[in-house]
Amino acid sequence: MNKYSNIKAMMAITRASLKSIFRNPSSVVFSLLFPLIFIIVFGFIGGGGGKFDIGFISTGDRNNPVYQKLTNIANFRVSDEPDEVLKTQLEKGKLDALLNIKVNPDGSLTKYTVEISTNNSRPEMANLCKLMLIHVIDKVNIRETEKAPPLVEVKELNVEGRLFKMIDFILPGQLGFSILSAGVFGTAFLLMSLRETLVIKRFFASPIKRKYIVIGEGLSRLIFSLIGSVIIIAIGHYAFGFTLINGFITFLNMIVVSALGLVIFLGFGFIVSNVAKNVNAVPPIANILTLPQFLLAGTFFPIDNFPTWLQPISKALPLTYLNDALRKIAFDGANIFTLPHEMLILLAWGVGVYVVAIKFFKWE
Amino acid sequence: MNNKQIIIEVKNLVMKYGDLTAVDNISFDVYEGEIFGLLGPNGAGKTTTLEIMETLRTATSGEVYIDKLSVSKDREKVKNIIGVQLQQSGFYPGINLTELIHLFAGLYNVKVNPGEILEMVGLTEKAKSVYKNLSGGQKQRFAVATTLINQPRVVFLDEPTTGLDPQARINLWDLVKNIQSRGTTAVITTHYMDEAEKLCNRVGIIDSGKIIAIDSPDGLIDNLLNSGFERNEKVRHATLEDVFLNLTGKELRDE
Repeated sequence: MNKYSNIKAMMAITRASLKSIFRNPSSVVFSLLFPLIFIIVFGFIGGGGGKFDIGFISTGDRNNPVYQKLTNIANFRVSDEPDEVLKTQLEKGKLDALLNIKVNPDGSLTKYTVEISTNNSRPEMANLCKLMLIHVIDKVNIRETEKAPPLVEVKELNVEGRLFKMIDFILPGQLGFSILSAGVFGTAFLLMSLRETLVIKRFFASPIKRKYIVIGEGLSRLIFSLIGSVIIIAIGHYAFGFTLINGFITFLNMIVVSALGLVIFLGFGFIVSNVAKNVNAVPPIANILTLPQFLLAGTFFPIDNFPTWLQPISKALPLTYLNDALRKIAFDGANIFTLPHEMLILLAWGVGVYVVAIKFFKWE
Repeated sequence: MNNKQIIIEVKNLVMKYGDLTAVDNISFDVYEGEIFGLLGPNGAGKTTTLEIMETLRTATSGEVYIDKLSVSKDREKVKNIIGVQLQQSGFYPGINLTELIHLFAGLYNVKVNPGEILEMVGLTEKAKSVYKNLSGGQKQRFAVATTLINQPRVVFLDEPTTGLDPQARINLWDLVKNIQSRGTTAVITTHYMDEAEKLCNRVGIIDSGKIIAIDSPDGLIDNLLNSGFERNEKVRHATLEDVFLNLTGKELRDE
């Protein structure tokens, strides 16, 4: 008789499990449709209008190329209200940015300084507006340098200088969220129901070693969710212009990070399925693990917007680092080797989660 | 039984759950090629004993040998030569019978022809159905079919006919006899005495975790009659089940 192969047996489980997942409408809906709906909604919000309301302080200089350029671009609507009204409008969020263009004293390095004020209560819009403004100013600089040294200096530096769209912020967060929920909910429900319907017990009666049953199941969830990630990124990229800076390489890096995130959240799922007494106890426990991460990990809002006492909590969550890593890869063109901070924290979470999962694991 | 070759040896088996002793020092042998029945009321320890033999539970003390392999020490080898049907069998949701057979073939590292296996249990037409949509009798027949995938020496069937209608029961008995005719030993549990009488070559009766009698059904009945036992009511030459089957026919009513 040939030597018994656990790997062969494991692959049989993975195959069966994948078929089962793909035929289960709710698993497809939850892992794919949900994040896609978010992306589509935000895709349209962010990608559509694109008009920013700006104003110029009346004491500022108007006889310069930046002013002329901005007042002539369709992306900007210039408000003519008096300074006081402009300031209130900015506070209320009716104005996206208020600019003050100053003429520098003779002998300065640059001829003009543009001060940009934005409203931080709507950081996505503010960032977007700032980026657009800087983009325009850069163009003016380049055109003017052909005649003379740089004309304008921008006095606003807390921006990572690239034109980015709403979808660039939303998609990595949604991807992270989809990975989190697929990992935790999918795995917890699956294992729980396989245990309750005695499927796992029947597997035990065959020669396969127990750990290969779990690895086989985990592998099928991993494959399924990665397919989901590919679809999300592809739709985001082709339908909504999600930025993949280095094209396919960026995409591959995102998939690798997604896989790491999935492995971590599968571990959470294993823990939930072992802590919960029955299927009904799965959702509350799974929600305790996912909901705070969903809200606090920068899925919808940048973490910097949270009150300072909340930030340390945000900065302890694995989803935060998953989201960060995904954003930096997609937007800044980073790769898994240039993100040691995020990757190490994620790996540490992975080890920690599996230590706990193995400790709690029960078979019946 | 021409030559009584022992295939299963149960030796001083004890299973304790806290204070409760579910299996209390049980010993018996099962011979190769026979259908051996474990009888007993609910909670007598039948299923626990069976699950220890199936390697699914570890006994508190004592040992079971199947084909001279210890179920506690040679677990994997034992699993390769036994087929197991659980009392409520669980099968992977959402995949059809053919795919389930492929899954089990993978689990046992064997190559099988699903069509052949389904034909043997009369489920050819259900090849593309999911387990959930089968009738009670079909479910049990499929569960028995999955025990045969690795061509085991011994199959364990835990209450295979509980909840089935008389036609489906008779059909399942034929299936078990068919398995026996291929040289496979069968160990079944039941609490239907007529089933044990018609199907089993030998039975062991368990009560409160102890084997209180073990013999062929005829031997046990003779023994009782010899002790002077008499039935109160008059024995008639037909039962209500005979009436039922006479009226409704023996054909399966799975559809």
